[in-house]
Amino acid sequence: MLYSEKVFDHFRFPRNMGEIADADAIGEVGNAKCGDIMRIYLKIDNEVITDIKFQTFGCGSAIAASSMATEMVKGKRLDEALQVTNKAVVEALDGLPKNKVHCSVLVEEAIKEAINNYRKSQENKAE
Amino acid sequence: MQSKGETMKIYADNAATTKPTKKVIETLMHYTEQVFGNPSSLYTTGQIAKDALEDARERIAKHIGCMPNELYFTSGGSESDNQAIMSAAQNGLKNGKNKIISSTFEHHAVLHVLENLGKQGFEIVLLPVYEDGIVRVEDLENAIDDKTALVTIMTANNEIGTIQPIKQLGEVCKRHNVVFHTDAVQAVGHLPINVKEQNIDMLSLSAHKFHGPKGIGALYVKKGISLQSLIGGGAQERRKRAGTENVPGIMAMAAALDEALENLDNKMAYVANLRDSLQKELSKIPYSKVNGNLDNRLPGILNICFEGVEGEAMLLYTDDAGISVSSGSACTSGDLDPSHVLLAIGLPHEIAHGSMRISLCDKNTMEEIEYIAQNVPKVIERLRIMSPIWKDLQEGKKEHVI
Repeated sequence: MLYSEKVFDHFRFPRNMGEIADADAIGEVGNAKCGDIMRIYLKIDNEVITDIKFQTFGCGSAIAASSMATEMVKGKRLDEALQVTNKAVVEALDGLPKNKVHCSVLVEEAIKEAINNYRKSQENKAE
Repeated sequence: MQSKGETMKIYADNAATTKPTKKVIETLMHYTEQVFGNPSSLYTTGQIAKDALEDARERIAKHIGCMPNELYFTSGGSESDNQAIMSAAQNGLKNGKNKIISSTFEHHAVLHVLENLGKQGFEIVLLPVYEDGIVRVEDLENAIDDKTALVTIMTANNEIGTIQPIKQLGEVCKRHNVVFHTDAVQAVGHLPINVKEQNIDMLSLSAHKFHGPKGIGALYVKKGISLQSLIGGGAQERRKRAGTENVPGIMAMAAALDEALENLDNKMAYVANLRDSLQKELSKIPYSKVNGNLDNRLPGILNICFEGVEGEAMLLYTDDAGISVSSGSACTSGDLDPSHVLLAIGLPHEIAHGSMRISLCDKNTMEEIEYIAQNVPKVIERLRIMSPIWKDLQEGKKEHVI
């Protein structure tokens, strides 16, 4: 089979899928041209990710990687969340086919992008 | 009969491959068990196999309108395409001709061979197929010249099903004395084909596309055109294709074609009716678009794009619903670009990623069509809810392309 049971599970029953209307930060990476777009919504309280949602346009592994990664960073401090690598996401999914690893890279980037956007907005507030 | 809510198992990817019929499996079994002799052997057991082989050759030749000695058995469509194109290219070179004309949406078994010939110094001209997925005869007329060694245009496209004006294209080639090859892998067994009437000099066909077995096909080569062998070895197939003949496969291919062409007109009408019913239902999904010329398509093929969703995810969810279909998205092809066919007809990348190809055959039923029509909209809906692109489209932050 192309995908592991874990991948199928997260693809069929995606966790944390949707949007957060009053998100503290949003990160989006990818483009429709190459076939993957991921958008991450964060709710942050005292440097901790209290809620996270994703929306993904992409293949099965892109959806599964988004779902898994959001589970892995939810409840974590931002500095801890930044340590969650794409490799860890792939391992948690019991592996991805070689040509699908880029999906996990995208989700790592999307989370980082959201956190960076949050930091920037905080800096702007401070000023 | 399945009750409501139950999952049906529906195979709707007949352009990828088809399910062998009972007759085909019986034929395979019979010739594997009972007629196992080597056709090259002189004793009776071998000669029985040889006779069977020649009987199959005659039947298949008759079905496509050629002489038995113009038909060579191969391993399938890809081999036939390779052998036809490489032979015509070499023949051309001997006469100082180094140009090959084809189209942008041929099968990779054609395009990759042409790419290699291009590297070897051939001039490769790929004719456009326009938004409707049809090659224009005028374009060939303008491109063909006395340097042209070969024209190769598929009879019907494997992804969108559009049927090319083969007879007219062949007529242009005939007038310019240029060899005309057609990859008819999707067409044989689904459309009436007659190589003489359609001015075809070389034709590739593959058994598993018309309910025959995999690993067997044929190449028709008009008498007088020199054919090069790709495989060195024995003298099988009049020295043009070495290797002990796949007798069970060949016999099963002949049986499959006999069956496929029985009442072909009725089957075509039946399948087209299924396809049109499904098209009508799926077209109701907002921001969907049917691809390719609607009036000039293989009866069984429906290729449709849905905005805001990605094809691989779509086909995995339809698979969960028990439906086998395919998609031209990048993720199904293994690289970042979506299907070259959909790009060739001018679809933007983001739309091409959301394509679904449903290819039906005469074994499909209206009940199955209703089931597909019930389930596909649910899949699209589910994926659109997940899709950030769809959200932007809904909120007007992004403009609809369809």
